[in-house]
Amino acid sequence: MTNESQKGKIIRISGPVIEADGMRGAKMYDVVKVGEKNLIGEIIRLDKDNAIIQVYEDTVGLKPGEKVISTGMPLSVELGPGLLTNIYDGIQRPLPGIYEKTGDYIERGVEIPALDRKKKWHFKPLAKAGDKVNGCDVIGEVQETSIILHKIIIPPDVSGKILKINTEGDYTVVDDIALVSTDKGDIKLQMMQKWPVRKLRPIAKKYDPTLPLITGQRIIDTFFPIAKGGTAAIPGGFGTGKTVMLHQLAKWSDAQVVVYVGCGERGNEMTDVLREFPELEDPKSGEPLMNRTVLIANTSNMPVAARDASVYTGITIAEYYRDMGYDVALMADSTSRLAEAMREISGRLEEMPGEEGYPAYLASRLAEFYERAGRVKLLGTKDREGSVSVMGAVSPPGGDFSEPVAQNTLRIVKVFWALDADLADRRHFPSINWLKSYSLYLGEIQSWWNKEIGEDWLKLRNKAMALLQKESELEEIVKLVGPDALPPRERALLESARMIREDFLQQSAFHEIDTYCPGKKQYEMLKLVLDFSDKIQQAVEKNVHMDDILAMKSCENLARMKTVPNKEFEKRFKDIEKELDKELESLIMRGD
Amino acid sequence: MSNKDIEYFSVSEVAGPLMIVEGIKDVAYNEVVKIKTSFGEERTGQVLEAFMDKAIVQVFEGTKGLDTKNTSARFIGETMKLGVAKDILGRVFDGTGNPIDDAPPIIPDDRRDINGNPINPYAREYPSEFIQTGISTIDGLNTLVRGQKLPIFSGAGLPHNEMAAQIARQARVLGKEETFAVVFCAMGITAEEANLFIRDFENTGALERTVMFLNLADDPTIERIILPRMALTCAEYLAFDLNMQVLIILTDLTNYAEALREIAAAREEVPGRRGYPGYMYTDLATLYERAGRIKGKKGSITQIPMLTMPDDDITHPIPDLTGYITEGQIVLNRGLHKKDIYPPVAVLPCLSRLMDRGIGKDRTREDHAGVSNQLYAAYAEGCDLRDLVAIVGEDALSDRDRKFLKFADEFEKKFVTQDTHENRSIIKTLTIGWNLLSGLPKSELKKIDEKYIEKYYPKIERKE
Repeated sequence: MTNESQKGKIIRISGPVIEADGMRGAKMYDVVKVGEKNLIGEIIRLDKDNAIIQVYEDTVGLKPGEKVISTGMPLSVELGPGLLTNIYDGIQRPLPGIYEKTGDYIERGVEIPALDRKKKWHFKPLAKAGDKVNGCDVIGEVQETSIILHKIIIPPDVSGKILKINTEGDYTVVDDIALVSTDKGDIKLQMMQKWPVRKLRPIAKKYDPTLPLITGQRIIDTFFPIAKGGTAAIPGGFGTGKTVMLHQLAKWSDAQVVVYVGCGERGNEMTDVLREFPELEDPKSGEPLMNRTVLIANTSNMPVAARDASVYTGITIAEYYRDMGYDVALMADSTSRLAEAMREISGRLEEMPGEEGYPAYLASRLAEFYERAGRVKLLGTKDREGSVSVMGAVSPPGGDFSEPVAQNTLRIVKVFWALDADLADRRHFPSINWLKSYSLYLGEIQSWWNKEIGEDWLKLRNKAMALLQKESELEEIVKLVGPDALPPRERALLESARMIREDFLQQSAFHEIDTYCPGKKQYEMLKLVLDFSDKIQQAVEKNVHMDDILAMKSCENLARMKTVPNKEFEKRFKDIEKELDKELESLIMRGD
Repeated sequence: MSNKDIEYFSVSEVAGPLMIVEGIKDVAYNEVVKIKTSFGEERTGQVLEAFMDKAIVQVFEGTKGLDTKNTSARFIGETMKLGVAKDILGRVFDGTGNPIDDAPPIIPDDRRDINGNPINPYAREYPSEFIQTGISTIDGLNTLVRGQKLPIFSGAGLPHNEMAAQIARQARVLGKEETFAVVFCAMGITAEEANLFIRDFENTGALERTVMFLNLADDPTIERIILPRMALTCAEYLAFDLNMQVLIILTDLTNYAEALREIAAAREEVPGRRGYPGYMYTDLATLYERAGRIKGKKGSITQIPMLTMPDDDITHPIPDLTGYITEGQIVLNRGLHKKDIYPPVAVLPCLSRLMDRGIGKDRTREDHAGVSNQLYAAYAEGCDLRDLVAIVGEDALSDRDRKFLKFADEFEKKFVTQDTHENRSIIKTLTIGWNLLSGLPKSELKKIDEKYIEKYYPKIERKE
């Protein structure tokens, strides 16, 4: 309500931070309008009459003495049909709308509602007058895109009895669709609801994550899986493929809704997503991937204060779709930029710096963000569940993981995909280092894999890991004595490890087939490689020379496994296996 | 009376590049300040922090000779602007945007804010047009596309200037005749280095299509903060108003970052890594992100920023933060330079992020991606073997490994090495690549699609 609002004036401007006086009565984290241009800001410190405000837009040209008006409301997002396929800036202004209004460049002080007020959606009621409802109960639905049925839910903080609900028909997001009588009086509901971004949307209970989030990426699904509702960090220096990896996850994860937050990164990367996603097909439904995606873009040259907001905006939208009962995946690229934004604002506030100039509250802020992930029992009368999985990129300076953002993130997340510049340099992609990475979900999700894909899944995975571990030990020796000096058994072992690395772990994001590898194919590929590894082990014991094995024509087929079309791999893999067996058999025969 | 006409003699403090003026009112953040020293010399400054009654001002030409008694300041009520007009082409400007050639001043068609607004990501067109630079290591392995920002990471004493001049000279989009322009922005480089570029532009007749912004090593350091912004404003005007294909060379970003640090230190800010300010990433991004293409516009801005890595250290904050913003990097290496290899491009840490969209069928050639990946992988393996050979000797290697070792040497000699005036076509580059790859067993070419091996693998047996 504006009549309660505080009106003050600017007394100091320092970059994105301003100080205003006459602000007594304004609340922490209230949104304020700054200056004649009505720039949007947020109160981040109060001191008697004065408020310190971070401004989400460029402050150039602002003068001391200009007005500051508090809106009396914390920073909130609009939630309702129309979020999907849209692209927003850090404070949920639609970029296409800004484009229409101000052209190629983003000008300041633009006010555009996040959800189109004029567009009509076809609403179908799923409740009737007289029904008792609690927060998050579904009272209707709207076909938002071809794949997502948008459930119209009661806001989490409302419960009571429906007095009136509209019949099926076309309504805008601001039309009243239901009337609910509550303890605090009758409340009119619209399809749109608002929620403050810094407040987590309440849930009934958190479950343990037991289902894997299948991403179609072999090193992730098979080696370091993430669960639905899990958290993962993907740190790496520049050029190691963080963004490509996150794009891959956004494309192929088997979540129903994806929220992609580009926080302080390149403009062209967002353009790439905008260009590519409408053309790519969701492997399950065959519909464009864009139809399940919400994009938040605060590129590196956009105002620094809004970076912090962009991540919170993203996670609040993710929670909203979770509350409809969906599995949601959120990718944040990159959380380091968020931390740097905090550092910049903290520096301007002259706070006592912690490690490397980052504020002392860095760890708690990061924890707050990642803790909003989870597989949960939803509020509401019926027993429903949903999940938010969070994957955050970290960009450590100099690729050194010992810096504060990476370290504080690792203390919170359960999966660590360590990107490695050495691997990237030799074009081993995804350049996830198998010796440094880990996943703490292996135990929890193994029963799913064992049941759905193959009962020895975890055994195979561990066997492959052991081979790679052994390889790294042997490499030390090879560096000293050369590979020829190794006994045949160990040379065979090195070759097996090489096959796992090159034929299984390497995966091309740009190859039309290899970009997505179904779980079953991953399992079969690994099985084929490991079986073959056992067989060459036996063959060398029968005095077959390693060089002869490597010269086998059918070995090449192993390298081409990944590009076998996903529909015919089962048959083709059997052929590959037969050929390998045959050729190996004849070598053994000759040896005898 | 507007603030513009008031001359304040209330300078209260001068420290480093900063000056504090008190007793003022109505001063805007980032507003331009005209300063007059007691000798009547004019200088320019900018408001860094604005209070009700005082302002902290950074002085571009340095604070030497300023005093707290007779120095005056006038706040002109607007932010830094650059006058642009079509005849800006062929002109030379100093660090504050004044022409320093002998031609008359420009009559501007428009005056643009040098800070510019961020391009709406929704308005961007994804860069995908292949630019042939005629340099194999770039075209073949780290392809540059129109609208990309691809920096050169160099070290003191390496031939990055020659390489940048070669790119400016040779870069073109195949099969198209379009108006191009070069914007050259020199920050703190020596007169000698600047002359190398000017001479080169003269020789190729490119000078009349070039706009130069010069701040040489002996010019005031703080000017380096605004210089690239002026150059980029000019580039935006040429690209998006006049529909030109603009190549902008920014050199040397290391000097820019030093100037940034100097101001941060003078303001007693909490320093980030190695004393550079915590906002250096954001600040650099406001430069680099001004490259690109815009939907519905013909022109484009392709950026080649150059920086010298202090002590050749790629993890130093300047190259590090740059690498996080730019779309790849070309890294020069001292070892190669010592081996007399030009251009001394250390292929392995190089990258072009936009390469995938710019190559392939109808753009370069269908086998380009495979060849590039294979060359990378094979060279990486060869380099590893060099380390091994240093310990165990070449005799301990297997036959296969010896081939890779030889490949790495030949790769440097034939593929990387070329003359400063050699303009290799992309087809030539790929042919050299295939010739080198034919020295390896066919079965090792796992990164190339079988059908391309069939089609492009050299048919004639290689002479050993």
